[in-house]
Amino acid sequence: MTEWEPVIGLEVHVQLATRSKIFSRAATTFGKYPNSNANAVDIALPGVLPVLNEEAVRMAIKFGLAIDAEIAPSCRFDRKNYFYPDLPKGYQISQLDQPIVGRGTLPIFLVDGSIREIGITRAHLEEDAGKSIHTEYEGLTGIDLNRAGTPLLEIVSEPELHSANEAAACFRELHSLVTALEICDGNLNEGSMRCDANISIRPRGSKILGQRTEIKNVNSFRFVEKALRYEIERQISVLESGGDVVLETRLYDSERDETRSMRSKESSDDYRYFPDPDLLPVDISDDLIESVRVTVPELPAEKRNRYIVELGLTNYEANRLIEDPKVSRYFDEAAQRSVDAKLAANWILGEISAALKRDEIDFAEVPISPGELGKLIQRIEDETISGKIAKSIFESLWKKEGSVDGIIESRGLQQLSNATELEKVVSQIIDDFPDQVRQFRDGKEKILGFFVGHVMKATAGRANPKQVNEILQRELRV
Amino acid sequence: MIPYANVAQLRSGLDNGEFSAEELAYFYLSRIDAATDLNCFITVDQEGVIAAAKNADKAIAKKSVGPLTGIPIAHKDLFCTEGLLTSCASHMLNNFVAPYDATVVDRLRKAGAITLGKTNMDEFAMGSSNETSFYGAVKNPWDRTCVPGGSSGGSAAAIAAGLAAACTGSDTGGSIRQPASFCGVTGLKPTYGRVSRYGMIAFASSLDQGGPLARTASDAGTLLNAIEGYDPNDSTSAIADATDFRSASQPLKIGIPAQYWNDLSASLTKVLDEARLTLESLGHRFVPVDLPHTNASTAAYYVIAGAEASTNLSRYDGVRYGHRAASAESLENLYQVSRSEGFGSEVKRRILTGTYALSVGYYEAYYLKAQQIRRLIRQDFLDAFLQADVILTPVAPSTAFKRDELMEDPIMMYQQDIYTTPASLAGLPALSLPCGFSDRMPVGMQLIGPHFGEASLLKLGRQYQDETDWHALHPVYDDD
Repeated sequence: MTEWEPVIGLEVHVQLATRSKIFSRAATTFGKYPNSNANAVDIALPGVLPVLNEEAVRMAIKFGLAIDAEIAPSCRFDRKNYFYPDLPKGYQISQLDQPIVGRGTLPIFLVDGSIREIGITRAHLEEDAGKSIHTEYEGLTGIDLNRAGTPLLEIVSEPELHSANEAAACFRELHSLVTALEICDGNLNEGSMRCDANISIRPRGSKILGQRTEIKNVNSFRFVEKALRYEIERQISVLESGGDVVLETRLYDSERDETRSMRSKESSDDYRYFPDPDLLPVDISDDLIESVRVTVPELPAEKRNRYIVELGLTNYEANRLIEDPKVSRYFDEAAQRSVDAKLAANWILGEISAALKRDEIDFAEVPISPGELGKLIQRIEDETISGKIAKSIFESLWKKEGSVDGIIESRGLQQLSNATELEKVVSQIIDDFPDQVRQFRDGKEKILGFFVGHVMKATAGRANPKQVNEILQRELRV
Repeated sequence: MIPYANVAQLRSGLDNGEFSAEELAYFYLSRIDAATDLNCFITVDQEGVIAAAKNADKAIAKKSVGPLTGIPIAHKDLFCTEGLLTSCASHMLNNFVAPYDATVVDRLRKAGAITLGKTNMDEFAMGSSNETSFYGAVKNPWDRTCVPGGSSGGSAAAIAAGLAAACTGSDTGGSIRQPASFCGVTGLKPTYGRVSRYGMIAFASSLDQGGPLARTASDAGTLLNAIEGYDPNDSTSAIADATDFRSASQPLKIGIPAQYWNDLSASLTKVLDEARLTLESLGHRFVPVDLPHTNASTAAYYVIAGAEASTNLSRYDGVRYGHRAASAESLENLYQVSRSEGFGSEVKRRILTGTYALSVGYYEAYYLKAQQIRRLIRQDFLDAFLQADVILTPVAPSTAFKRDELMEDPIMMYQQDIYTTPASLAGLPALSLPCGFSDRMPVGMQLIGPHFGEASLLKLGRQYQDETDWHALHPVYDDD
């Protein structure tokens, strides 16, 4: 039986987080009343002209630098002509053969912990289209041009991905990267990143590419993986039953977990690309590139490496923290204060994550500053408080009831580590439970927990558990 | 009040209290009203004109006047004017009231000018005779059976007929210069990038340039000063010094390119030769220059202009504004019917040829080839300007021709542009000056300057007009 190898390349559209649109001054805010963010340029009124948003150029350069790509010294905008109601000018301004970002590489991180370098063919700037709304008006279609003109960076990968899993990892990595670079809000639900995948299969070992299909507009990591997994199986079964894969565009239906043919690509569209005469070629100076370079932060791949190698986190922990740059920034700050980065990761991925879920709020709204979390961990480490007390302080911090040290002080939560005091409590308890003492001395050592519990109860949980253990062991064995 | 007064004369009349801006406004409105058969205007803004004139009189009384305060002018109907119909002389935009002012309109208003209305033109500026307008042909005031030229025919004819002292126009391949020549007025196509294209409805973006038509080179300069300069809304607008045209002209080396003169008719040659003698008597001398790629210009021009137009006009789809098919069965059908009904035949011809020139398999042979020719033509001029300060040529191969004469023969019509398209392709400034008559119809000469060389063209034009009175002649009507 033939062993098949999938060959996958991605085209990812990233909405750039500029305040205004790529060629107009209208705002890019999501979710506004239809057409309230569409000005004369976005509506394509007669006589209007596009003016390039420099911020979009800077963001594209930032991406290019992050993937170690060549930034074109001069790039150009072209018109891609086609009629569609949500494309007001009748053409999309894009970049055909002079993209702003040339070939680069993206290290992707696979589940087994290994790293693969994926070639990025190019990335270019273009404008987003508006939206056609078919559902709300009976027999009519509504046009919302709020999204029209939103800057997009279209990132094209080489066909170097060989499983659904790798493709999803690549999409995830791009997501981590553009959010870490702060050039995209990364909000997949709002369509801030949209992924198209070109996929074909071939017998393993073959150098010839099979006929491909394109899966359009998949907007979650999970769906990219599921859609490709389905499509790989589908193509294999087509070929194994003697059929041919047809060049076509397919859509992924997440409810039925399958891809469906949308349109055949046989009659290839003629977009009549030509240089947009309304826009001059964009010259990108070394000064501009250097001024962007200093804004490039630590990249997710570098960060992951640091977390695992230097801080001793697991792959899982590192990835969870890196997924959202807000989380990793928080972690970095909290870990700076506390000695134990591992503990900081545990608190963020455990307590904070659970509290966010419980309160249904976003990470940006975490009411505890990373500094305070660091302080809390410090207090555990220096044995001022026990882990258990720390959890109750965490709840108070979450409700903004004060600072870590303030709460410890005002509520007298300092751990009881005074040996004389603890010994007093222990001997009182030994006196109170002679039966249990006998059991212990008869060899039923498990009963130690019973005594610890009573010491804790007597000290309102403040007793230093390690010390309590030691004293109990000593006193009971007399 | 003199109907054929120029802007400078109106300025001094207003400033000296010979007449008020309101009187002047009423005067022009009544002249426009009496000359409706010329069909120069698509829209006349009766109320707006009077209100603006009253404000101008207040400003004049307070002596706070701009260069054009109280001067009524008219805009070619492809400049967007807030609150006024901006039709581009097309059925497609027959209902389009712009919600904003073009930069040119805005700047002229800020300089004090009053907008009389919007002048007729070839539909979407595509034509050389002003016969493709949805609102009907414009008549040439010198002979009403003749065309006024195009596409800024309404503007040129309005000035010739004394309906306005100055107008705006636009020039893509000769649309200011040729009608200026046909109507005996002065027209300036500025350097590409000198005047903002924002709000000027696009025909061919890499060629379109707004500019003034007026009675004199001096007036054209006054208007240019008002409209020129960098505009952040137009990425192709240039940062350049203002045009200083008021000092005297230096003796110049005037280039004569044989390619423009060899095939010129004897009657036009005679008129232009006389103009050359006058220029010579003013101390200028002539040098031969070579512009070897001239004869490829018109073909290249029609490919590039058509290609750009074919996509510039895609926005007229019946979806958001403009003409929409009354009933359509499908989206595709909505596009087809709206555009079939909305565009006239010349516009359709250019959209089709332009679409063809950009299509896969033809792009290299047409669009790219035309761009190569364009570079060669530009280089020709750059070389020629090493030897000459300005270049003198005819504007058009003939005087105004009869209406309907060329409408059935687009190639002959396109040949009207052979002397004007090269400067357009090279992005150069060019001035059309009245320099005589042939068979009782005005003849113009064209002065082409180096990039941003408007000042030397206008200075030379002023000097020539100080010496001659061709620009001051006007058609004579019984009631004048």
